[in-house]
Amino acid sequence: MADKVHVRTTINGEATEFLCEPRQSLLEVLRDVVGLTGSKEGCNDGNCGACTVLFNGRMVTSCLVLGVEAEGKNVTTIEGIATPAGLHPIQQAFLENAALQCGICTPGFIVAAKALLDREPNPSEQRIRLWLAGNLCRCTGYDKIIRAVMDASKKMQEVKAR
Amino acid sequence: MQTLEYTAPKTLKDAITLLAQKGDAARPLAGGTDVLVQLRVGRRPQVNTLVDLKNIPELTRLSYDPREGLYLGAAVACCHVYEDATVRRMYPGLIDAAELIGSVQIQGRASVGGNVCNAAPSGDTIPALIALSATCSIAGPNGTRSVPMEQFCTAPGRNLLQNGEILVAVRIPAPAPNSGAAYLRFIPRNEMDIAVAGVGASVVLDSAKQRITSARVALASVAPTPLFVTAAGQALAGKAVTDEAAIQAAADAAVAAARPITDMRGTIEFRKQLVGVLTRRTLHIAIQRARGA
Ligand SMILES: Cc1cc2nc3c(=O)[nH]c(=O)nc-3n(C[C@H](O)[C@H](O)[C@H](O)COP(=O)(O)OP(=O)(O)OC[C@H]3O[C@@H](n4cnc5c(N)ncnc54)[C@H](O)[C@@H]3O)c2cc1C
Ligand code: FES
Ligand code: FES
Repeated sequence: MADKVHVRTTINGEATEFLCEPRQSLLEVLRDVVGLTGSKEGCNDGNCGACTVLFNGRMVTSCLVLGVEAEGKNVTTIEGIATPAGLHPIQQAFLENAALQCGICTPGFIVAAKALLDREPNPSEQRIRLWLAGNLCRCTGYDKIIRAVMDASKKMQEVKAR
Repeated sequence: MQTLEYTAPKTLKDAITLLAQKGDAARPLAGGTDVLVQLRVGRRPQVNTLVDLKNIPELTRLSYDPREGLYLGAAVACCHVYEDATVRRMYPGLIDAAELIGSVQIQGRASVGGNVCNAAPSGDTIPALIALSATCSIAGPNGTRSVPMEQFCTAPGRNLLQNGEILVAVRIPAPAPNSGAAYLRFIPRNEMDIAVAGVGASVVLDSAKQRITSARVALASVAPTPLFVTAAGQALAGKAVTDEAAIQAAADAAVAAARPITDMRGTIEFRKQLVGVLTRRTLHIAIQRARGA
């Protein structure tokens, strides 16, 4: 067996260290080593987006990143989206718009939606659909998810305008 | 997945030495969106070491020079390519392809060099790069060499890299005056699928922008490797930009060159039909871009 590697990284703003095997994906490490089980495994091959995290601010599928690659990087998972003050407006909008059923896809959608709204606060519906094309949902039929993101975008801008 | 060692050399020399030493047991790692999937499904059982190329300066550089053209380090991710204002302006034909690969998540990792080295017949950037007259800068234990993109892929999943060799960069000449390029593919949905057929095309027009001086057409997913169709370009040389018969002749040449197979994504007949349609469409876009520039 390959020796475990000591990795120093930042997860959700906190300096974190872990030991992992080089073959372990970042998703595996987050879930099984660090104990952050919010990121989900749907396909383990990059197609479903349930494992989406921000990796140095850029959204990636954590099943296609190695845990060892997190050395010195900044990782944001679904656990880092809410604040002590409460849910993130995107999370709130998912609840209010009933944008989830089983919920397996939800963490990935929310992280991806946040990545979009952080860059483009007011995306068109088409832009949202395209941006979220790498996130699959077997339950909702997508419409409520898209509406939730549009709703969150609107509310976040209202807050900003105040 | 089998047990692996991971190493991230900081110099090209170290990476080459390591790869040369380990032979088939080592595999370069760029974005990992092909190689990690392949390892996971057991398609590369001989590999025990991944050599991460993302810390090597020559592979992560993206720069443009009006004389030298584009230097695209092999490990640069698609997102950095299409977010670069200069690349967007100078090489829309490359942007077409880089923006098509996978999802936004995948584009955050997937490199153009990885797409090229993976040598899939469906690799979207390859026909786009062939159309743009790109070359592959290669370094290995015996020095460096440069190979035209159309010669790089040798069979499905195979390229001409020898033991210890690394694709360092893809280089694209500075666009000629009055030139334009485009890439289109057909997939049954809007995104996140593998090309049933794809066409990259480029044209250079005369100074009046009335005649085509030269043109290049390359195809995806209709042969064991991405296919450069010289006859399609020849059909257009010297023809007026409005000469639809010439554009049809180029499309016919592309269809004649295509050697597709029937699989779950499409039949031979369908793929040939697609090649004709997509060749006409990419040429129209390339001409439009060349005239607009
Ligand atoms: C969900 C999903 C969707 C996808 N959609 C598309 C698509 O629409 N179109 C498409 O064309 N592809 C698609 N792909 C395939 C893949 O994302 C691309 O081929 C990508 O560009 C590969 O780049 P990478 O950096 O991830 O390569 P890696 O996986 O890191 O490497 C690919 C191969 O090349 C070798 N290699 C990498 N860099 C070098 C180098 N510099 N020198 C020598 N060898 C090297 C590696 O050892 C490996 O064998 C998709 C993949 C996934 C998972
Ligand atoms: S688990 Fe990573 S994309 Fe599906
Ligand atoms: S809510 Fe079940 S997969 Fe999306």
